[in-house]
Amino acid sequence: MVETKNVKVVMDKDGIDRCLTRIAYEILEKNKGMENLVLVGIRTGGVYLSERLQKKISGIEGGKIPLGILDVNLYRDDISASNKKQPLGETKINFSLDDKIVVLIDDVLFTGRTIRAAMDALIDFGRPKMIQLAVLIDRGHRELPIRADFVGKNLPSSLWEAVRVDLVEKNSVDEVVIEEGT
Amino acid sequence: MKFEKKDILGIKDLTVDEINLILETAESFLEISTRKIKKVPTLRGKTIINLFYEASTRTRTSFEIAAKRLSADTINISSSTSSVVKGETLIDTARNLEAMNPDIIVIRHSAAGAPHLLASLIKQSIINAGDGAHEHPTQALLDMMTIKERKGKISGLKVAIIGDIEHSRVARSNIYGLSKMGARVVLAGPATMLPRNIEEMGVDVYTNLKDALIDADVVMMLRIQLERQKQSIFPSLREYSQHYCLNRNNIKLAKKDVIVMHPGPINRGVEISPDIADDPSYSVILDQVNKGVAIRMALLYLLTGGGE
Repeated sequence: MVETKNVKVVMDKDGIDRCLTRIAYEILEKNKGMENLVLVGIRTGGVYLSERLQKKISGIEGGKIPLGILDVNLYRDDISASNKKQPLGETKINFSLDDKIVVLIDDVLFTGRTIRAAMDALIDFGRPKMIQLAVLIDRGHRELPIRADFVGKNLPSSLWEAVRVDLVEKNSVDEVVIEEGT
Repeated sequence: MKFEKKDILGIKDLTVDEINLILETAESFLEISTRKIKKVPTLRGKTIINLFYEASTRTRTSFEIAAKRLSADTINISSSTSSVVKGETLIDTARNLEAMNPDIIVIRHSAAGAPHLLASLIKQSIINAGDGAHEHPTQALLDMMTIKERKGKISGLKVAIIGDIEHSRVARSNIYGLSKMGARVVLAGPATMLPRNIEEMGVDVYTNLKDALIDADVVMMLRIQLERQKQSIFPSLREYSQHYCLNRNNIKLAKKDVIVMHPGPINRGVEISPDIADDPSYSVILDQVNKGVAIRMALLYLLTGGGE
């Protein structure tokens, strides 16, 4: 690919932080507190966001809600067609999901296929009372009947654009950018 | 890094990066075996044939469990119940199996090179589950995974492999693997059980058990393979165990935190005394078996990724 991509920053550090603060309040409001609430971040972007949300919720309510990490690669529907497998990350959910309200967290909601895979994976771990979805960016183009309960920002995009969430934890900067494909 | 190999025939053919990728992938798979529902849908619709021309409990069960936890369909063929008894050659058997479109064939055979022959003839992925006295790559991988977990690293460790090196595919695969990963490998056994020129693999060789045990971080005891001994290469089992059995006394020569490994099945009292084999402060033997499932899941996962 040619290195003349048109990159547009659509959200900066403060913007991301404000979105997460609002989502933290919305999660608590919708669920009337943090009782039975657990967070599960989807590898890799969702993990950092879920850690930040956990801190924010602790800051508001006090106490700490359980946090799990999910790698959905084993549940993907394109796994046999994919050329060679992605390196697999560790799944770590050290608590029971039975009768819990699970808030799944991902950075970008796009086709919905990752979320479908994540829900299948969660149900293998137990029977949650409810699964909710929080995403930083909803860029549209759903291919499955899935919607998010908590959205940082709706970002209508075209299919030839790429939406990228950079987070300090891995990219040394907090920002959301749209890259134009050629 | 992506995994590009079609087959897993031996540790000799794997690079350090490939070994690390397999070990890391396997670490992620450990968790699945601890779930209430020990199954993920990853290899749904894939068919895996276990073609075992030699007796096996551990390895065959391990491959079958690994495949089933990934939702693949498995078929086990053992030579005693197959057309081998009617005189069918390995090549014909393989061509017939190929025509039924499996995705992976796991083979154990008493002839060194049998998996390589299959890999050159048929398009499916082949995993070597032990070929004669040549290689047993999945055992070496699970051994390396166990060592890495217990010691936090492989590089710089002293690993002593004791016993019948000549007949041991486990030893050969581990020498390749551990040396590649930067460990120092030393061998000990009766001179009749040490292959000629084995030093060329970059190992130190002793005929005295005690010399090999000094300051070892890992001791790997090999099974005396009574079924492979056409002519007697030592006078008696009793005499062998007097000189080469790992016990409470000689293990003190090794480092304090030494771990003891054995590929199984154990001949209790021959190569390892029961109190060492059953002592959880030394023995990681059952841990090796546990890691075996994860290693085989990782290989099945990595090998079935191939596109059209």
